Amino acid sequence: MIALLKRDLVLALRAGGGFGLGLAFFLIVTVLVPFSVGPQSALLASIAPGVLWLGALLACLLSLDRLLALDWEDGTLDLLATAPLPLESVVTIKALAHWLTTGLPLVLAAPVLGVLLNLPGPGFLWLVVSLALGTPALSVIGTFGAALTVGLKRGGLLLSLLVLPLYMPTLIYGAEVARRGAEGMTLATPLMMLAGISAAVIALLPFASAAVLRVNLR
Amino acid sequence: MTISTRLNALWEYANPRKFLATTERVLPVLWLLTAVTLIGGLVWGFFFTPDDFRQGSTVKIIYVHVPSAFLATSAWFMMLVTSLVWLIRRHHVSALASRAAAPIGAVMTMIALITGAIWGQPMWGTWWEWDPRLTSFLVLFLFYLGYIALWEAIEDPDTAADLTSVLCLVGSVFAVLSRYAVYFWNQGLHQGASVLRAGAVTGADTTEKVSNVYAYPLLLSMVGFFLLFVALVFYRTGTEIRARRIKALLARERVNG
Repeated sequence: MIALLKRDLVLALRAGGGFGLGLAFFLIVTVLVPFSVGPQSALLASIAPGVLWLGALLACLLSLDRLLALDWEDGTLDLLATAPLPLESVVTIKALAHWLTTGLPLVLAAPVLGVLLNLPGPGFLWLVVSLALGTPALSVIGTFGAALTVGLKRGGLLLSLLVLPLYMPTLIYGAEVARRGAEGMTLATPLMMLAGISAAVIALLPFASAAVLRVNLR
Repeated sequence: MTISTRLNALWEYANPRKFLATTERVLPVLWLLTAVTLIGGLVWGFFFTPDDFRQGSTVKIIYVHVPSAFLATSAWFMMLVTSLVWLIRRHHVSALASRAAAPIGAVMTMIALITGAIWGQPMWGTWWEWDPRLTSFLVLFLFYLGYIALWEAIEDPDTAADLTSVLCLVGSVFAVLSRYAVYFWNQGLHQGASVLRAGAVTGADTTEKVSNVYAYPLLLSMVGFFLLFVALVFYRTGTEIRARRIKALLARERVNG
């Protein structure tokens, strides 16, 4: 398992275009927002938590079609399916690798981009907390979507159509935590819901992803 | 007959031939009943009920809006059940029925949304409001789109049936989650949408409040919509079965020729 994780991480770091791309995309989306809505700092401050969450979500989505497709093309997935490691663990490791290379950098970069959008002071902590809790769920759900569409030639667009509705609850609670944090309101309920969704998704969805992957490998 | 033998008898319809034979016999009657109840309900509702004293004649949108909204959710539920049957018992008719129901459900969701917008314009002064009920229907529509798109994208029919079934199961869980999340989200954004009472939108509590003058034709048109749905699903499933049979015949011919 650790070997697989290491392999995925090394591949993501060394094979060009995987690692930094999500971060760069996140930066660009954030920079484009003031251009599209205007530079008034009060407006930016009020939409900053939502915009940063949406940017992180889209950056996550961007790298999903590479998550399994490359291994599918060169036959690695077939090997992994016959390996003694259950496919459920393979899928979980893939999701973990995706989170480490995409989600975690986004979490760390979010406060810096928060400065650009004039995020209010108390919002920084809760933005990081909500993203740290929510992005694992995004990675795991995304792995499910990637497993569904892995056999398709042009699965990219379909992948977003399938995954984005599944992202909705996570986005709602995550952005709500960040927004309430920025406005200094109580946020225990959305925080617990967000953590609950993440925990449930990490525990249950790998089984669905593995089942779907088995169908695709048949 | 005991319940278990009756249930066993139900599985006979998993045989495509038996399914086709039965639906072919039932369908003409079903179409007739659909026409009678649907036209009866709508005509009764549109022309023989008084105008509401505050809403005027716009209240009559209810006869299309409520039944379509009701079917939009029940179609998804039916797909959930048929997907489970496919995953557990591998009956092809079940998977095909699920596929046949999806576009009907999507259209019903669309009708509910559009009639809702038309109704909302004069009543609330807006076509669209991010009210939880409206929003969750829009989300449901997106789930339908994803499901249909996945069916269309995969060539191998069994793989497609498997993948869409799993998507339907996972999607159902997430659809319910989204529904609750949306209710939570809206109360968080606006301090209680008190002008727009959500209950008026899909009509779950409207039917209770609506006076009997409106409720009886509404009930009739709901029955009509329901029969229409059943007839369409039978019809479309039959088409799917025949399409697959043609494909099999052509393949056989290619092998032999």
